[in-house]
Amino acid sequence: MRWVNRHAGRGNRLLLGAIPVLLLVLLYLVVAAQRHAVNPADKILPLPGAMASAISAMAFQPDPLSGQYVFWADTLASLERLGIGLGISTLSAIAVGLALGVLPPVRATFGPLVTGIAVIPPIALLPILFIALGLGETAKIALIVVGIAPVMIRDIAAHVEALPREQIVKAQTLGANSWHVMIRVALPQAMPRLLQAVRLALGPAWVFLISAEAIASDVGLGYRIFLVRRYLSMDVILPYVAWIALLAIVMDAVLTGASRKAFPWAHGAGH
Amino acid sequence: MSVLLSLRDVWVEYGERIVIERLELDIDAGSFVSVVGPSGAGKSSFLRLILGQEPPSRGKILLDGVPLAPECGPDRGVVFQRYSVFPHLSALRNVMFGLECADAPFTGRLFGARRRAAEEQAVEMLGAVGLRDSMHLYPAQMSGGMQQRLAIAQALVKRPRVLLLDEPFGALDPGIRADMHQLITRLWREYALTIVMVTHDIREAFTLGTRVIALDKRRHDPHAPHRFGATATYDLLLKKDMRQNPSAQEVITIDAIGNN
Repeated sequence: MRWVNRHAGRGNRLLLGAIPVLLLVLLYLVVAAQRHAVNPADKILPLPGAMASAISAMAFQPDPLSGQYVFWADTLASLERLGIGLGISTLSAIAVGLALGVLPPVRATFGPLVTGIAVIPPIALLPILFIALGLGETAKIALIVVGIAPVMIRDIAAHVEALPREQIVKAQTLGANSWHVMIRVALPQAMPRLLQAVRLALGPAWVFLISAEAIASDVGLGYRIFLVRRYLSMDVILPYVAWIALLAIVMDAVLTGASRKAFPWAHGAGH
Repeated sequence: MSVLLSLRDVWVEYGERIVIERLELDIDAGSFVSVVGPSGAGKSSFLRLILGQEPPSRGKILLDGVPLAPECGPDRGVVFQRYSVFPHLSALRNVMFGLECADAPFTGRLFGARRRAAEEQAVEMLGAVGLRDSMHLYPAQMSGGMQQRLAIAQALVKRPRVLLLDEPFGALDPGIRADMHQLITRLWREYALTIVMVTHDIREAFTLGTRVIALDKRRHDPHAPHRFGATATYDLLLKKDMRQNPSAQEVITIDAIGNN
């Protein structure tokens, strides 16, 4: 049988997907064990026990200095920044994207500006944001917004613009004005695309969050990773990275599920 | 019969290129006008003109004696070959769309008693096109024929003065197409519609229409083919009144236009 025609069943797919992950874990364990056989105090590749005790100390024992449970405080702070940043970006993407996509005069006026902002590397703006907005939460959230909103806006605008012309004409022959076309024709059809855009923006959003936290912060997942780097604390860094990956995967899955549930017509309902 | 739509010396030009020239046409209320013609003879331009998607370069288009605004409006319904229905709305909501827009300028949605009234009207319209059992399906769950039925219901619920059909049955199987011909003939009679249909299919044009208009170029300059536009080269008033005798359609010969 040709490889293009081989489809794995559901159980087999899970198994196949798990194999490379397990192999990587195994490789890590073997190499780590070898290093520890030579030098029991090795910090570069910590054994699982060391990681577990380091994380449990941060997650379940209050920090003697601040009294906080550091792991959870970091997670909460990062998720809050990410959430506010994603929220602002999503709202502006839908509002600006719709106006740009549906209304030709708005597109002609603001299209070049959005394109211009979108091509600026956001990290290059970070100093400006820190100078203008201070080193507090605002600058970090602003970096996320500046980083992902223009791309999302352009994506939504392009999607709305690509709606068949026939639909827009038909809506008008049914008595719709510009506002109706926006909220009854373009908005609902842009929603699945919006969730898709948020999913794709999650990756860059994490990048900007970690960057902002690494440079100026006192709490947060990115801050902690860059802080403990000074002590070569791989036993903290590795679990933190895994935790970030897990959070990202959960968010992605939730968005996909929400889109399928809320917009069945966009996911090939029927035939 | 009274004249509903009239085109007075209408030209459509794109820069140097002339698409339609000197088009003079009066369309009576209650007629079923089929427009045929070779590709590139301005059939689509003609439809866009009446639809208001673009204004004529010269000349006037009058609906009920009033010049037409160069914008689509609810007095002219349309059914395209494809993309005529909204994929994100169920059949019922697709038909209610027109009723909701008219009565709710800000939300575009109706509530309470007015919503129920609109729903009733939409269900009745869906019944008229034979989709009463499918009203909760999304367009993606429907066949091509059902989608076109839905598009017709959606347009008719607004009771347009003119119904414009742009190759409405072009993408359908022959069997389905015959059903659709019966449906549109019945609706035309029952709702006393005025229909302008653009089609490639000459047989369809003659079976359905009470009047067949052929758009083509009268003159052809081999050195500057773009300098002459199309106009109505044939304008055949078919001597049939389908209101009384729908089976009369079979006696029409299609040779009249065969050497065009």
